Amino acid sequence: MNISFRLNGESVQLRDVEATTTLLDWLRGTRGLTGTKEGCNEGDCGACTVVVTDADGTRAMNSCILFLPQLAGKAVRTVEGVGGPDGQLHPAQDAMIAHHGSQCGFCTPGFITSMAAAHLNGERDHETALAGNLCRCTGYAPILRAARSAEAAPVPDWMTQDAQPDRCGDAPPYTPDGEVSHAAVVPETSDELAAWYAANPDGTLVAGATDVGLWVTKQLRELPHVAFLNRCTDLQQITETPEEIRIGAGVTIARLIPLMDRLHPSFGTMLRRYGATQVRAAATIGGNIANGSPIGDGPPALIALGARLHLRHGTTRRDMPLEEFFIEYGKQDRQPGEFVEAVSIPRQADTLACYKVSKRFDQDISALLGCFNIVVESGTIRHARIAYGGMAGTPKRASAQEAALIGAPWSHETVQDAAGALERDFTPMSDMRASAEYRMEAAKNLLHRYFLERTGGAPGSVQEVTA
Amino acid sequence: MSVPKPLPHDAARMHVTGAARYVDDIPAPADTLHLAFGLSTIAAGRITDMDLSKVRAAPGVVAVLTADDLPFDNDVSPSVHDEPLLSDGAVHYLGQAMFLVIARSHLAARRAARHGDVSYAEETPILTVDDALAAGSHFEDGPRIYEKGDADAAIAAAPHRIEGVIEIGGQEHFYLEGQAALALPQEDSEMVVHSSTQHPSEIQHKVADALGVPMHAVRVECRRMGGGFGGKESQGNALAVACAVAARATGRPCRMRYDRDDDMVITGKRHDFRITYEAGFDGDGRLAGVSFVQYARCGWARDLSTPVADRAMLHADNAYLLPAARIESHRLRTNTQSATAFRGFGGPQGMVGIERVIDEVAHTLGLDPAEVRRRNYYAACSERGLSAPRPSGPPEDISGQKKPQTTPYGQVVDDFILHEMTEALSRSADYDARRRAAAQWNARGGVIRKGLAMTPVKFGISFTLTHLNQAGALVHVYRDGSVRINHGGTEMGQGLYQKVAQVAATRFGLDIEAVKITATDTAKVPNTSATAASSGSDLNGMAVKAACDTIRARMAQHLADTHGCAAEGVEFSGGRVQLPDGRSMGFVEVVESAYLARISLSSTGYYATPDISWDRIKGEGRPFYYFAYGVAATEVALDTLSGEYRILRTDIVHDAGASLNPAIDIGQIEGGYVQGAGWLTSEELVWDGRGALRTHAPSTYKIPAVSDAPDVFNVTLWDGANREATIYRSKAVGEPPLMLGISALMAVSDAVASCGEVYPALDAPATPERVLMAIGRVRGDGV
Repeated sequence: MNISFRLNGESVQLRDVEATTTLLDWLRGTRGLTGTKEGCNEGDCGACTVVVTDADGTRAMNSCILFLPQLAGKAVRTVEGVGGPDGQLHPAQDAMIAHHGSQCGFCTPGFITSMAAAHLNGERDHETALAGNLCRCTGYAPILRAARSAEAAPVPDWMTQDAQPDRCGDAPPYTPDGEVSHAAVVPETSDELAAWYAANPDGTLVAGATDVGLWVTKQLRELPHVAFLNRCTDLQQITETPEEIRIGAGVTIARLIPLMDRLHPSFGTMLRRYGATQVRAAATIGGNIANGSPIGDGPPALIALGARLHLRHGTTRRDMPLEEFFIEYGKQDRQPGEFVEAVSIPRQADTLACYKVSKRFDQDISALLGCFNIVVESGTIRHARIAYGGMAGTPKRASAQEAALIGAPWSHETVQDAAGALERDFTPMSDMRASAEYRMEAAKNLLHRYFLERTGGAPGSVQEVTA
Repeated sequence: MSVPKPLPHDAARMHVTGAARYVDDIPAPADTLHLAFGLSTIAAGRITDMDLSKVRAAPGVVAVLTADDLPFDNDVSPSVHDEPLLSDGAVHYLGQAMFLVIARSHLAARRAARHGDVSYAEETPILTVDDALAAGSHFEDGPRIYEKGDADAAIAAAPHRIEGVIEIGGQEHFYLEGQAALALPQEDSEMVVHSSTQHPSEIQHKVADALGVPMHAVRVECRRMGGGFGGKESQGNALAVACAVAARATGRPCRMRYDRDDDMVITGKRHDFRITYEAGFDGDGRLAGVSFVQYARCGWARDLSTPVADRAMLHADNAYLLPAARIESHRLRTNTQSATAFRGFGGPQGMVGIERVIDEVAHTLGLDPAEVRRRNYYAACSERGLSAPRPSGPPEDISGQKKPQTTPYGQVVDDFILHEMTEALSRSADYDARRRAAAQWNARGGVIRKGLAMTPVKFGISFTLTHLNQAGALVHVYRDGSVRINHGGTEMGQGLYQKVAQVAATRFGLDIEAVKITATDTAKVPNTSATAASSGSDLNGMAVKAACDTIRARMAQHLADTHGCAAEGVEFSGGRVQLPDGRSMGFVEVVESAYLARISLSSTGYYATPDISWDRIKGEGRPFYYFAYGVAATEVALDTLSGEYRILRTDIVHDAGASLNPAIDIGQIEGGYVQGAGWLTSEELVWDGRGALRTHAPSTYKIPAVSDAPDVFNVTLWDGANREATIYRSKAVGEPPLMLGISALMAVSDAVASCGEVYPALDAPATPERVLMAIGRVRGDGV
């Protein structure tokens, strides 16, 4: 296929692109732009971070798991492009020098691009903006000093150019190969996608590529048929009605956060620990559900909210409670050629709390995740929807725990009993993230935390404490 | 004076613009080939059959090499020739290189490498400390033992006793730039190798042996590494040798980089240790005797395990006078990655052992651990003055004077400054008040607990293999007054090049801009030691100084001859050269004049650390030229429901002597602390029962991220000069700060201890899981 996008302010037209070439490999190998580094090749270290601008705005993204077709019609800036055309440094670059923010320098281009994206967006929560960039030398202190000191500097002119829509090149963002090929397509609508997928049920759908990217970079799989969903804007809608909130499968986690901050703030807070900035800019809620991972962070929260999943095959649609989609590890209720179109959450008063437990606070895959949605009326538990991740082969409701709660008084004793009931719900496994014993004990304790937070005043999280 | 200005790292501007070039960024000819290893899928056994036909047939493959195809030496060991580049039939760990793919692209090589069809006669692997002990699998004949007095008797006679065990996990280096090399074949059997290595001379040596050529036919260059931390002291050998061998076989340039997962699966890491301990002490917590048994899991090959395990023994005292001590060290051979150098080189593990002992002693007596630490400190050196010269000859025990205090290996500790440093930190960190506040917080019995700990570091500076304590340099002064320097040290981010350039600028009285730093190159300075053991600026700074001073002396003599003055009085400063009579002229003018008078403006320089000697078998001597000191106080908040925790505040006072560049030194301290804290908290290496490393990517192996740095992070340099005549009286600062991170482990332990009466006995890394289990123990839950 042919792809066009902007790179460091200049239009780029690529012909006969291999669909699964990563931006990183292309930048370094073909374009000779070696400032962007490969640190892990899986989106976990941020050394390959680039700045990507499209109609949704400007975000830092990992170029190692970004396929070239995902860039169709967008604008990319690498570390070589965040400085001015006459050799001026970006304020983040000046600050990193002044504050001794680089030592070995290998992570530095990724930090610079992350900082440049955050600076452009006026973000001042630097720990969130930089959580996806690992540095092994500095201990981060000088990098944070640099980020803070660059806050007040105006955004350089050249950084704002990418946001102007007429600057995305003259060529169409994407044209298929001369002879219409089904090998790799970039459909413009979900109808086109549905037709293609029905005809190519063995194909692979690529939305954010934060998972499929690793199939290519780590498992070295070849993907004979690929559809890139990035231009299906109708899948990227959030629709709010008095009854429900319908979230298109193509909505990124980054866009989900402000929505949840408003409706279910604990979900929004938890999503700030979903991957890191770069991953959240790419990853979609549809992908998070469809891949069926037992440790995806979206599904437990959505299940606890009573979400329904909307699937589509060709022109046929069906929907189901989200928890029913997950049959067992590696198996979902999805037919070949069928795809996740949306997930909808019923409107409700907010009683949701999400607790993610991991070895590292930021950018770590959950050892376990507990999501609690408990309605108490006059001291009695009326409703309880509880779902856990990391406790079974799928994201799963804690039915026995729910049963132990519903109808019982909202008390320490009830919580104690219900915590114990969890042993009837789950037989977790041991792996490199945690042992079965730890998972079970910590999972039981999460209900205690929920109870304490709903009833007590003392800090419930180490995040709320200062020296 | 360029020293001691806090100038930025010499490459800072290149770092932030992406212009700094690492090995894999070096442009190579279009016909360059790319390599990947085929890896073993079992941990122990023998190859019975290796069918590589599918590998050879894979797209883009040019050639595939096995051990039989290697023309000369099949070895990449840095020590005892026990590490074949490609398996000679035996399989020693899961991830060992079986064969080498040479292909047209990195991706093609990686893809093809997975198509090997290798059959094995599998054996039961020896994976754990217990496996190795049961099988009697170890390096060296028996345990090494260093003794001072009769520790067993001292412990038995003491009023109080403790005994216990601590497991201390290993650590992946996670240099952001993975291992990489590029070999460019030259005319007449020469080979040029670019390697991301802390040890170019060793790369040169191993490549020469693998190619069957003298060392003079191999030139190795390293401009910079994207982090090293010890992980590029020996682990780059395999890639460089593979590239050279493949380049010789194909006649084409060859480059290789490990994918991150391969890097973590193939290369060695910090040694994990089990340390058992017994200690006897009085009611004030003063130690009478301590006995340690250290078990180091060394992996499959010797690599650098011998000196690593030695250094663990040498730091079993940390900052404490042990009246009687016995340290027994077992070096266990296991079917895992060959553990290797990592910042601190065994010292951190030895130090965690004694810090654990002190912590438990304090808990037993109900004392503040920081107070128990101070009571056991070596005596202060202050009566002689910080920078007073060391007395010549052995210290005498003159009546009326204090008996000199010695380490368990017999080195006199006469530069001890931790009393003053600890006092200063206590005040600046408001330790006592915060300790009380934490106790009050915890007394409320909430879910969130606080912990606070203050721990010291005393780290011995010098290679314990004494002959390595040497360095060379090459300095050129050009006719325009610009200076180009080269030395044997390598730049891995620690700012060595910048510090050494500041030394050169200062010697010539020039601005830093006049000095050009150049890639480390075995053709310029030969027979260098690894940039390791924190020795970089001590050794290379002195070697460059020697070279500069030779040129200075020639210039001064020239002026003396032409201007009729004494050469000794000639001074270099502010870009000018001053004669004793007050006349002065520009540096460039003097250079030109010297050139026209046919005076050499180029010199080598050489330095060997004086006054050290060491018998590692007896455990006697003075292995260290001096000690570097530091002290850190860390406060954490701990969630007793999940075992998760967070560092709230860290205060550090660290001794870098008279710093060559305070900004760079503070960077080493901040970074070292966080790396050390990461080692002991979130960084967990997990192998499964087959010997497969399960944590082989950043998705599963968690180094600290930005929010793991302390919220409040105060680092100050101790204001004091090195007593020894090091370069501008500075001190080495590469490794010591890592061990300040031990305060984080002890702070977590302190918070756990608030949950009950039982001692937490927290193992490392103190993951949330281990912490939650420890809370259960402390509460007597029997978990």
